[in-house]
Amino acid sequence: MIGSLQFGWDFLCFAAIQAPQLRPEAASSIAEGVDHLYFALTFITLFFTFVIFSTILFFMVKYRRRAENERPPDTGEHLGLELAWTIIPTLICAGLFVWASSLYFENSRPPSASTEIFVIGKQWMWHIQHPEGVREINELHVPLGVPVKLTMTSEDVIHDFYIPAFRVKKDVLPGRYTSLWFQATKIGTYHLFCAQYCGADHAEMLGWVYVMSPADYEAWLAGGSTSQSMQQAGEAIFNKLGCASCHLSDGTGRGPSLVGIYGKEETLKSGDKRVVDEAFIRQAIVNPNSVVLAKYPAIMPTFQGQVTEEQVLQLVAYVKSLASEERKTDAK
Amino acid sequence: MTVHSAHPPGFAHQFEDMEQQREAGSLGMWVFLLTEIMFFGGLFASYIIYRALYLPAFEIGSHLLEVQFGALNTAVLILSSLTMALAIHSAQVGKRRAQVWFLITTMILGAAFLAIKFTFEWHHDYIEHLVPGFGFIIRPEWGAAGQHVPMFFCFYFFMTGLHALHMIIGIGLLTVLTVMAHRGRFTPEYYAPLEVSGLYWHFVDIIWIFLFPLLYLIGGRYIGGGH
Amino acid sequence: MSTATIDVHEAPAGSHVNYLNAKYGVKSWLLTTDHKRIALLYLVSITLMFFVGGFFAVLMRLHLIEPQGALVQPETYNKLFTMHGVIMVFFFLVPSIPATLGNFLVPMMIGARDLAFPKLNLLSWYIYVIGACFTLYAVISGGVDTGWTFYTPYSSSFSHTSVIPTALGVFITGFSSILTGLNFVVTIHKMRAPGLTWFRLPLFIWAIYATSIIFILGTPVIAITLFLLGLERLLHIGIFDPAIGGDPILFQHLFWFYSHPAVYIMILPGMGVMSELVTCFSRKKIFGYSFVAFSSLSIAIISFLVWGHHMFVTGQSIYAGLIFSVLSFMVAIPSAVKVFNWTATLYKGSISYDAPMLYALGFIGLFTMGGLTGLFLASLATDVHLNGTYFIVAHFHYIMVGGAVMAYLGGIHFWWPKITGRLYPDGWARFAALVIFVGFNLTFFPQFMLGYLGMPRRFAVYPAEFQVLNVMSSAGASILGIGYLIPLIYLTWSMRYGPAAGPNPWGAKGLEWTTPSPPPTENFEEIPVVTEDAYDYAHSTVTRV
Repeated sequence: MIGSLQFGWDFLCFAAIQAPQLRPEAASSIAEGVDHLYFALTFITLFFTFVIFSTILFFMVKYRRRAENERPPDTGEHLGLELAWTIIPTLICAGLFVWASSLYFENSRPPSASTEIFVIGKQWMWHIQHPEGVREINELHVPLGVPVKLTMTSEDVIHDFYIPAFRVKKDVLPGRYTSLWFQATKIGTYHLFCAQYCGADHAEMLGWVYVMSPADYEAWLAGGSTSQSMQQAGEAIFNKLGCASCHLSDGTGRGPSLVGIYGKEETLKSGDKRVVDEAFIRQAIVNPNSVVLAKYPAIMPTFQGQVTEEQVLQLVAYVKSLASEERKTDAK
Repeated sequence: MTVHSAHPPGFAHQFEDMEQQREAGSLGMWVFLLTEIMFFGGLFASYIIYRALYLPAFEIGSHLLEVQFGALNTAVLILSSLTMALAIHSAQVGKRRAQVWFLITTMILGAAFLAIKFTFEWHHDYIEHLVPGFGFIIRPEWGAAGQHVPMFFCFYFFMTGLHALHMIIGIGLLTVLTVMAHRGRFTPEYYAPLEVSGLYWHFVDIIWIFLFPLLYLIGGRYIGGGH
Repeated sequence: MSTATIDVHEAPAGSHVNYLNAKYGVKSWLLTTDHKRIALLYLVSITLMFFVGGFFAVLMRLHLIEPQGALVQPETYNKLFTMHGVIMVFFFLVPSIPATLGNFLVPMMIGARDLAFPKLNLLSWYIYVIGACFTLYAVISGGVDTGWTFYTPYSSSFSHTSVIPTALGVFITGFSSILTGLNFVVTIHKMRAPGLTWFRLPLFIWAIYATSIIFILGTPVIAITLFLLGLERLLHIGIFDPAIGGDPILFQHLFWFYSHPAVYIMILPGMGVMSELVTCFSRKKIFGYSFVAFSSLSIAIISFLVWGHHMFVTGQSIYAGLIFSVLSFMVAIPSAVKVFNWTATLYKGSISYDAPMLYALGFIGLFTMGGLTGLFLASLATDVHLNGTYFIVAHFHYIMVGGAVMAYLGGIHFWWPKITGRLYPDGWARFAALVIFVGFNLTFFPQFMLGYLGMPRRFAVYPAEFQVLNVMSSAGASILGIGYLIPLIYLTWSMRYGPAAGPNPWGAKGLEWTTPSPPPTENFEEIPVVTEDAYDYAHSTVTRV
């Protein structure tokens, strides 16, 4: 009785999930895929719960005790049954694992031609910086149909950047960069939440994601702040802090030339090989001793405390732009 | 009620016989030491991770430690394990005075270890501004690795401090055992508390034998000087 | 097959000397070394903590009726969910079955007079109480708001609340678990009655043994982790501090290395209780004894290998994610095996609907559901969407409340006559089981939906579109709360006014049922000699007495 009530309730909820108001909007290229997996898991859950519950209820009724001195016979062991209900769940789990992992693989690797946007989380707001220089607080404007990669860091505690409609989420950590990517598939306005408890106003660290047509997005960018692009701001800091005095672009300085260094694989003094990505550049600025290149002395001072995370991102944007400078020069 | 046959002193009545009691006590101490391995283990694991990340800073920190006192302390502890084993042996052959003297010697050696550590090493480090959270000063001659040297000293004080706490508890245990031995509680038939405490003492010794090279001997060194 | 060689004594209530009336006075209780009395000391303490933690839950659900919060300021709400979690996890769920039913039953089920180390057992209880006092002090002195997970750097460098007293309380109580686990392992290895081989042991003992392995290996790691957290807060420098190169994520690894196995500490004993209840109330041998026994051990071992599934979105490498994901799927299999074996035990049985059996059946269904929702979280792609939301909250409450608490209540109701020598009113007991089951589902099923819709957890305020589901959940919580109060009332009532219980009111197999209710202090007049397998109902004549 109770079991069928349970099942009935579950079924209603399941059916209700299909209804729009109980399913979140699916507004990214991966959302449908994640939802299909979710529905399969829901079906498996409800199916097996139903099977177990109804079997139990059936046995309870059919084999209810009719006399106090009943002595049911031993039903013995049954290795075949044991193996069956060990192997079948294992196969189901294996299938789910393969499905979920391949989806996860795809969902974790940003396509190379992504638009990059930078995020800094701090108690209790989101600072968002477009490379063209436009800044936003608690709002993220993105173009439709284009892959967008977010590179994120925190100024204080661990936060988490979560857009339910896109089915994406990633922790935002102090002292480190994390990233996620998405491609929006529907114009609209979607929730942005912080999904890692971060203190008093964690629940108010909300935002909105605005997906616009590419044309509208360009217009929005152009009409935005007239401040420098991140690359220009980074160049200004690079000169102000004296980086240019060691990192001469012709390679004759005390430090390596940074022209074209982004994306290259370099050998460290320790013998390890590392690709120069955003995280590498950040480390080189705040903890240079950990990423000294093989043929160079360990004399670069640390700039931790002298630059904000925002400025580090601007420096990163500048160093990255030096790669395209090189290509432009080569092309000439 | 069944009538129990006369049991030797120290028999606990939840057991069937002394044999079961002895085995249970021994297994209990081994299981306890397993929990201690896990307790120190979290600390050792974290140490290994940070040492891999910041080896230059850890080398600098290690060379600032007084390796001669560390080595002396290692010898003191190993000797104390010997005297502990001799105390147990004395009980096994029924020598009461030898038990007591060996136990007292073990305690003195343990106290010597602590004295050397606290006065010659820790106090010295405090004066040299090498205690994180208590006026740590990052020296310019450490260079770019300097900002991570405090991390080494965090581990140094946490690990040797936790070890020292276990030594203090061990000395407390030994005090109780010495009093019991003096009163003749331990005989060739019943010396399980000594045996079990011996296990604990040896374990604390072994922890130090791991700590010493991990903390004091990073990057190789020559005793009595720098590099 | 012969039956156990013990006479069953019938006795009118309280007229025989038993562990409850052997000695009177506060000192005889506070200085007892009798495992049965210590079990009762624990029963009182953890019941108190359960209602304190439950009170915080009531406040939380009342607050969440309105999107902007109906009751308290966000800072206070943050403290409520933290303290609810800390108290329920460390001071109720972890000790619940092991410290009460385990302490009472382990010696009796194996035919021993007490645990291997009775004084250590008493010390364990005192350590628990001291730890609880520190945490309650933290509650009174302004509370703590870090979440029960204490993530750094918020807990180490930013929170202005009573983190150190709370962490100290948990640290101290951890030693209570460690010593209890140690006691159980040594007892089970060394003090089994003659003839009681490992494969004749009741499955409850296997479950307690597996739980004890986790107590021993896992708890010290959280102890050192909280110790380091406390030092960092005190000294303003430490190994999780990014300023000197520390890694806040290292804290998460160390924390979850214990806390994931900890959730199996919370469910394994309940599974052990299940095996006892299902066999007794279907009057049949368990189906697949060795499979159930080994599944307990496998769960204990694999549980140490899956902690990273709490950290899939922390930026860990994809490959680490894959490894933890596959291991997390693996740990689900032994649990599934148990559920199938319990169900098969009912086949061709002789099933009665006493209250403990209703709790058992509720457990099996709710645990199945809770466990299967774990697969959503072991699956990397869905975990990204669901992590940090109410889906997680619903998942673990299905297992810990729908599972562990139901098993605990089922066990309490099953062994109550043995422990107290009294019977409770069965009608009320069945009614309460029903109320709890209904209230539980109404409270937590909507939370799955909230999570899927994207509502994060630990939110003091929330967007208005989530209100309907929140109100449903809060309505269910009020029913659940009432459901928990009902047993408190009739069980307490029964201790004074309940009819006397015979030695074996359920007609169950097991050495504990061969003693009077309540048992004498030394458990058995003569240590029994065991000659038959567990749950051998088919060849025995045991009936309700």
